[in-house]
Amino acid sequence: MTDSQTDTTVPSNRVSGIGRLLIAVYGVLALAATGRSFVQIVRAFSEAPLAYALSALAAVVYIVATIALVKRTALWYRIAWVTIGFELFGVLLVGTLSLVDPALFQHATVWSVYGSGYLFIPLVLPVLGMWWLARHPVSPIGSRA
Amino acid sequence: MIEWFTWLQLAIAVAGGLLCVVLGLVGRKPTDLTMGATALVELLLIVQLAAAIAAPLAGNTATGSLLEFYTYLVSALALPVAAGFWALVERSRWSTVILGVTCLSVAVMLYRMNQIWNVQGS
Repeated sequence: MTDSQTDTTVPSNRVSGIGRLLIAVYGVLALAATGRSFVQIVRAFSEAPLAYALSALAAVVYIVATIALVKRTALWYRIAWVTIGFELFGVLLVGTLSLVDPALFQHATVWSVYGSGYLFIPLVLPVLGMWWLARHPVSPIGSRA
Repeated sequence: MIEWFTWLQLAIAVAGGLLCVVLGLVGRKPTDLTMGATALVELLLIVQLAAAIAAPLAGNTATGSLLEFYTYLVSALALPVAAGFWALVERSRWSTVILGVTCLSVAVMLYRMNQIWNVQGS
């Protein structure tokens, strides 16, 4: 628990400092996306299968990304890059499509209009996540299974 | 859902959230004050839950989807508890910031809950 309380640059694979905040925000977003897609799918999945399936997919990806940020091993580090990259791609693609062709996404997803319904957090978060991952690579030797 | 109570609760969640974020950013570890603010937010959510269950009996029914309302409420109830445990385990400044972010998230969810109950006419 209290192996090294110095919050500075200890080259350990434990998530420290502002990275914890990132994980917390990811957790909240994962919860928000899961809650929304739960409601959408329970209430009227057939109304907009594409948008709602996408919501569910986004929710799962946020959950996996949150776990990947917590687990600092080489494998999870790669999963973190993949899921966060997917989020950035998703928010840019769906955000653009929802503006260019609104008919395609009449029902809101987390990523509609670049995540405007979520204070643009879905747009900003992957960028912060990638910046953080790039700054804190996992050393293969020190990684714990 | 009692509207004035919800607005009061929202104001407390925002104030408590900002307090925790600021204190965390200046380097404070979780204290009785910041933990207390988060606990107050949680307590008010429990009151809100009781009010939401009781209100329809008094003729105060939701204008929007109850399913959506309760998804928000249950999620909101879980957040301060999770952040509080985190703050107990990791006594660092970032835990204080996380307490604040949690309170602010609860505020956003309360705003949505109020919309669902009082505004949304579907």
